Amino acid sequence: MIDKYPKIVDGKSVYDLDSQKYLKMWQGPQHPGVTGNMSLELIISGDQVVACNTHVGYLHRGFEKLMERRRYINCFPIVCRICVPEPDTNEYLFAAATEELLGITVPEKAQWLRTLDLELSRLASFLMWIGGQSGSFGSGTVAQWAIANRDFVLDLFEELSGARIYHMYMIPGGVRGNLPEGWIEHTEKVLNNTEKLLDEIYIVLFNNAVFKSRAVGMGVITPEMIDQYGIVGPNARASGAARDIRKDNPYLVYDHLDFKIETETAGDTYARTLVRWKEMHQSISLIRQILKLMPKLGPIYTKLPNVLHMKVPAGETYVKAESTRGEYGYYIVADGTEFPRKITVRGPSYSHGMALLEDLVVGGNIADTHGLMLSLHTYPPEIER
Amino acid sequence: MNLKDVLSPLYVWKRAFEKPYTIRTEKEPRPGADRYRGFHQNDTEKCIGCGSCAEICQNESIDMIPVSETKDGDSGLRPRIDYGRCCWCALCVDICPSSSLTMSNAYTWIEEGLDKDTRETFCFTPGVDEKPWDNDEKGYRRPDGYDLSLLERVEMEELSPAERVTSFIEMVKGFSKEQAKREADRCIECGICTATCPGHMDIPGYIRAIREDDIEKGIEILYKTNPLPGVCGRICTRRCEDVCSLSLRGEAVSIRWLKRYLTDSAEAGKYRDLLHDEVVSSGKKVAIVGTGPGGLSAAYYLLRMGHEVEIFEQNEAAGGMLRYGIPEYRLPYGSLDNDINFIIELGAKLHLNTKVGKDISFDKLYKEFDAIFTSVGLTDSYKIGIEGEELPGVTTGLTVLKAVTMGQDPKLGDHIVVIGGGNVAMDAARTARHLGVDVTVVYRRRLEDMPADSDEIKEAIEENVEFITQGIPLKIEEGANGKLNFIWGKAEMVDNGSGKRPSPVLIEGSREVMEVTKVIAAIGQGANYGWLEGETTKQVKLGKRNIEADRWGKTDDPKIYVGGDMFNKTADAISAIADGHRSARAIDSYLAGEEYPKDRF
Repeated sequence: MIDKYPKIVDGKSVYDLDSQKYLKMWQGPQHPGVTGNMSLELIISGDQVVACNTHVGYLHRGFEKLMERRRYINCFPIVCRICVPEPDTNEYLFAAATEELLGITVPEKAQWLRTLDLELSRLASFLMWIGGQSGSFGSGTVAQWAIANRDFVLDLFEELSGARIYHMYMIPGGVRGNLPEGWIEHTEKVLNNTEKLLDEIYIVLFNNAVFKSRAVGMGVITPEMIDQYGIVGPNARASGAARDIRKDNPYLVYDHLDFKIETETAGDTYARTLVRWKEMHQSISLIRQILKLMPKLGPIYTKLPNVLHMKVPAGETYVKAESTRGEYGYYIVADGTEFPRKITVRGPSYSHGMALLEDLVVGGNIADTHGLMLSLHTYPPEIER
Repeated sequence: MNLKDVLSPLYVWKRAFEKPYTIRTEKEPRPGADRYRGFHQNDTEKCIGCGSCAEICQNESIDMIPVSETKDGDSGLRPRIDYGRCCWCALCVDICPSSSLTMSNAYTWIEEGLDKDTRETFCFTPGVDEKPWDNDEKGYRRPDGYDLSLLERVEMEELSPAERVTSFIEMVKGFSKEQAKREADRCIECGICTATCPGHMDIPGYIRAIREDDIEKGIEILYKTNPLPGVCGRICTRRCEDVCSLSLRGEAVSIRWLKRYLTDSAEAGKYRDLLHDEVVSSGKKVAIVGTGPGGLSAAYYLLRMGHEVEIFEQNEAAGGMLRYGIPEYRLPYGSLDNDINFIIELGAKLHLNTKVGKDISFDKLYKEFDAIFTSVGLTDSYKIGIEGEELPGVTTGLTVLKAVTMGQDPKLGDHIVVIGGGNVAMDAARTARHLGVDVTVVYRRRLEDMPADSDEIKEAIEENVEFITQGIPLKIEEGANGKLNFIWGKAEMVDNGSGKRPSPVLIEGSREVMEVTKVIAAIGQGANYGWLEGETTKQVKLGKRNIEADRWGKTDDPKIYVGGDMFNKTADAISAIADGHRSARAIDSYLAGEEYPKDRF
């Protein structure tokens, strides 16, 4: 006798796979909707998702633990690896937290360069995301345009920091290097091309019948859910919450820059995509402002004690910054030795990609799951620090 | 949904007519950016093998591999990079004290040899194993305005030249705790200094102890290789600082002053508690001739090894050249006494005013003791070799220094001339300045050729010592009112080819006269081995200056050992201390019936 409704045991629904009504399906750990390895254990009925369990652990890197055995300077090359597509937020937060514990202030020019680096990486991260987002709805052309353009932004990073992905530019104390010669002109060219690309993406994505029919009304986050799930960043802003750490809690030189918080109200995938698209324009504008306002001269680095045996005074701190996914934070406990006692990384993907996703996919169909996951902008590496 | 939504995606076709991003056939490889962190390059000539790169590497991808002989200031090791581990963070480039390690902007490495061990395929020693990017101009270098190394010294406070010359108070004030910790923080613990120090002191070790504010541990480390740290903390020739890897781009760590800080911070009476260990008496007796740094060092280590030690000193106080050759403003007698008293406290029997060869014969020592260590130094000042040298107003630098130490008036008058450019000349000249005498130093070569310590020369100039360089003494005549006429001639420097010191040649007909009250010769000292000659020392080979012995200081007679200036060529306190330590170990083995100590020194 097959029950019409699944049984409830200990408050949880139990799906009887033998009933032939439900099927268990794994999405991942490798599939194109995920920037990193993570899998979704779906219970489906027909092509409808009735339950979802997220599984992480495929990256098994344990950076937080690793850093407890590393001197502070040796954590610097590690932190950027915590989030592959947007490593700079990690670099900044680790540096800022360490500086706070050491009681060191960073020169003004270094602060401008850090802001510049962060905005540039925001742009690169969003370009990668929009590539995934459009690709997940079958629009591979836009994906290729975006990823190709991201590579041009990576060229800028290569010139500025010496590396394309793991820039390792923001070191505790300041930054590693001034703007190279001709960099501003090159940047202007890349920004112009990116703006053009964004306009084209608007035409072919936001006015696309397929995209519209799938994204509108998909994965709606209601304003009530924001605090319930701890939703931050563009995911919250697309549901009408005007929250942005860059404005609410200005760090670096954001209080010198002119920008407004971009919001939408629908809270669905379409709205989230639109908010991020607007924020790409915002980043471009911020980069231009920074290049205009940044002091031309001045030191870029404050001397630290000897990094080979630097002891950080006992204390603890939490610093946060607005990443492309929202509030990103570093909590560091120092115990007065050469090694950090504890570093905890708060990646927004943790709440978005696990708790929220598990509930949002239910009721949707299989084909939409990875589009939904991308619309939450989940980077599994920052879940598994 | 409307018609526009269906049509607008067709806009993508517009791009079909654009030039593609991808390059279909690669003609020229795309160069990396100017700052690209590509493969490592190492200028092996500049590299000193300090290993800072390996130290900072968080992936432990750098091993230090021996590629050449170890020299002073060069470990002979070079970094080998394991590209299976490297993460291209370039911290190794940032920390490199010699700036020899850089990264090229090359990012492709194609090499045959896949059949080889993977480890070999991935590993290479930049600069040693030839690679196509070795001479690439572009790539990551340490950026301007950013430097992890701490290149500037914590300034040492000193008395001003005007204050200095009014007394014999020690001119260097010493570090405060905060200053010492800050200076100690600069050390990168490469250990190049340890290899260069004649005594192979564990310099990074005691600097670490300062950083950790563990004075007792620091003292313990000091005494492992140097029983006169209070002395060395003030007057050491500090070859460690000459090779300090930080000195390649900045200022060397103030190793000498840090050592001084340690001894100044420890209570003198506490040494015994700090360095406690049970000594088992061996029942053997060792005689030590001379109480200079060599003799004192040998005495300390022999005592710690359980031997009975008797020391013979011809003067009325121990210390040798440390006491009678070094002025009080550089080495206060109190500091010297601290170090010596501790050694005497350990049980050494000290015979003062006892000259071997006069008050007691060497043969007697030879019969009564199981071994003899001699370290009497070079005591006979060289003659200038000019007419008038025998006049009563002509004396030597050592005579003046000794007289001042003994509290006698050296009767210098109001204007003296000092001949020579070594440390004794500087000490004599500055001592005279501290006594209020006008001083002219006459040296044969240029200022930069002077063998004296550069600080000494600088401080002499600050104290208004007048320097005449390229001046050759010609004659000393009796002048009016009991004064002397010192006659000298100007010299020109003649090149002796590369690598050789240019020599001064008198300019024909040049003749200057200077009226002085005293002429002080300080052009070096030689040995006097008259006291050694006897029936028992036939086997010992006496050189012109040095006594022949093996590296342990053992002469052809295995019972007789030598050290200090009469043995080594470097002729400084730390070398003598090292000799004393080495010979003590050799004597210990000899007394135990073994030929040599088993482990290396």
